[in-house]
Amino acid sequence: MRDLLLIIVPLAGAAVAALWPDNRSRPWLLPSVGAVHCVLSFWLLLVPPAVAPGMWLAFDNLARAVLPAVSVLFLVCAFYGVAYLRVRKERPNRVFVACLMAVLGILSAGHQARHLGLLWIATEAVTLAAVPLLHFNGTPRAFEATWKYLLVGGTGIALSLLGSFCMGYASLHGGGKGDLTFAALTAQGAALSRPWLLTAWVLLLVGYGTKMGLAPMHTWKPDAYGEAPGIVGALLAGGVTTVAFTAILRVRAVVSVGGEAIIADRTLLVVGLFSMLVAALMLLGTRDFKRMLAYSSVEHMGILTIGAALGRAGVWAALFHVWSNSLTKGALFMSAGNIHRAAGGRTMDDVRGMTLLTPRSAAMFVTGMFAVTALPPFGPFFSELRVVRAAFEAGQFGAVAMFLGCLLFAFFGLTRLVFAIVDGRPRAKSRALGRRFPETAGIIIPPLVLLGFSLWLGLATPAVLRDAWTAVAMQFFPAP
Amino acid sequence: MNDWLNPLLGLAIGLNLLALGTSRLPTLTSAVATQGMALGLMPLFMEEHSDWRVWLIAAATVAGKGLVIPALLRRAMRAAHIDREMEPLIGFVPSLLLGAGGTIAAVALARLLPLLPEHSGSLLVPGSLASVLTGFVLLIGRTKAISQVCGYLILENGIYLFGLLLIHSTTLLVEAGILLDVTVGVFIIGIIVDRIQRAFDSLDTRKLTTLRE
Repeated sequence: MRDLLLIIVPLAGAAVAALWPDNRSRPWLLPSVGAVHCVLSFWLLLVPPAVAPGMWLAFDNLARAVLPAVSVLFLVCAFYGVAYLRVRKERPNRVFVACLMAVLGILSAGHQARHLGLLWIATEAVTLAAVPLLHFNGTPRAFEATWKYLLVGGTGIALSLLGSFCMGYASLHGGGKGDLTFAALTAQGAALSRPWLLTAWVLLLVGYGTKMGLAPMHTWKPDAYGEAPGIVGALLAGGVTTVAFTAILRVRAVVSVGGEAIIADRTLLVVGLFSMLVAALMLLGTRDFKRMLAYSSVEHMGILTIGAALGRAGVWAALFHVWSNSLTKGALFMSAGNIHRAAGGRTMDDVRGMTLLTPRSAAMFVTGMFAVTALPPFGPFFSELRVVRAAFEAGQFGAVAMFLGCLLFAFFGLTRLVFAIVDGRPRAKSRALGRRFPETAGIIIPPLVLLGFSLWLGLATPAVLRDAWTAVAMQFFPAP
Repeated sequence: MNDWLNPLLGLAIGLNLLALGTSRLPTLTSAVATQGMALGLMPLFMEEHSDWRVWLIAAATVAGKGLVIPALLRRAMRAAHIDREMEPLIGFVPSLLLGAGGTIAAVALARLLPLLPEHSGSLLVPGSLASVLTGFVLLIGRTKAISQVCGYLILENGIYLFGLLLIHSTTLLVEAGILLDVTVGVFIIGIIVDRIQRAFDSLDTRKLTTLRE
């Protein structure tokens, strides 16, 4: 029941928000629902429920290892959202608030889905629910980003549906009943028809890879993250992408028991390294700091994918990285949003000297940038170190070399852009705007809290989280 | 497996080629609408005894793919005052050739994949692959938003054709969810088309080029 409440509470909150009459008090629904969701998900993390194998929706090991991260991120984003929507009084927020909560509810369903078809419905629904969030600003640029998001994302979603059907046919052809629950597919194991299983793997990897933003299917990401408000970017980068990642993990487990583990791991490794390479090269070229965050997200999705390819230790590291990346990236998106508003621009040509105009946001932006490029003692350093260690253990020395090379280039790209923005003398336009958007506690504390979480994850990873990640790693790679 | 299924599939493949070759948007939407209706009838011919769920799927598909979505598209077309795709990125003859080549390739590819005995005589798999390919050609090769939406619909139709292979094993819930999502997706796309038109004063997606590196 508690696991269903994770879905019902946000959806009910969305319905209330849609009916709530007052524009000024409506945003407070966000932290209220976020708090209930957070309490529920941590209660479930500490006291996991019993999961029957045939259930379509359940708070299973994988949901337990990932969903609380989304919940924390949403709660912090919700507090930021209250302050943000107060600044943006001129725009009606009914649809925005309702859709944010709907996204949380559908994400919870997607993380808990143990049926390939249900997982697909949740992914499609979250894609659609995010559309109004992307064009909240209502500018022509926002519409352009939304159109690209819909076309590219919709095509990806369509391909993953085709992949799900192929998986069903693999089961039928192998003598099964076409039952699409992961438990039934895993039980069928080596009996699944191999050609159909491989077709399904390719289509599902491309489809969910598009949602994750793996290169070369990442093209919607810079546009969408660039045009959407900061909290939407944070939720897309830290929440929606993780559903797609867990989908890939679940499908990989089926392909692996189907006897094609080597092919699955090899494709994951290649796609992951390619994403890191593309992201590193784009980071060296981009001049826009919100698009920079999107490319950084592509890079980190690559890291997750590489982790997923590296066996038990790799999956453990990838789950760790889901947490450290989601929370750190959230802080970056929020501080970038503050800087964007105060500076009135997004490129290093328009924005300068932000240490003088928004000293706290600029400091957090720089700290967040160092955290996300794996500076110890923040979380990403330790999770990426784990990925490297897993790669060494798996004997993938070439992959380690390329991984570290891409991290180095990404570091160059990020520092080049971030320091160009924070240093120097502010532009005249920014001086006027900066006074209109002062740094209030409401927009400073949330990113600070997320940075604190990132630090905590790195210095003292809680034992309960380690256990949750180990449970998933053991489930996918049982001891021989 | 009924004798009527393969002729209907042939019709769907023919409509793919019509959609690729035409420059007139009304013809394109009509092709999509007719294809939707043909697809809606197919579940009835899959087996001798159709239960109420199959009838429900057929009725919902004919209504959704054959009537509601094309009506929305026509409305968008009227609102935007356009009826022709003037400058496609991939010309009409090259896209027709691509589609024909793709259909042949789809037939060849379908032979490589093992099928259950009850599906072996049907054109479902090649028809599905050919429609997916047609959808891609339209999505990539056309510049008007409405043509791209039609391409997306043909892509979805191809996936639906594949889903017919599983109609007796996947449950109604999944199929209902899928149909609903498609409708909602296109509905939202329709709204966006409206907004693009107001914001850019045209439905030409080539004007959507502010965001680039």
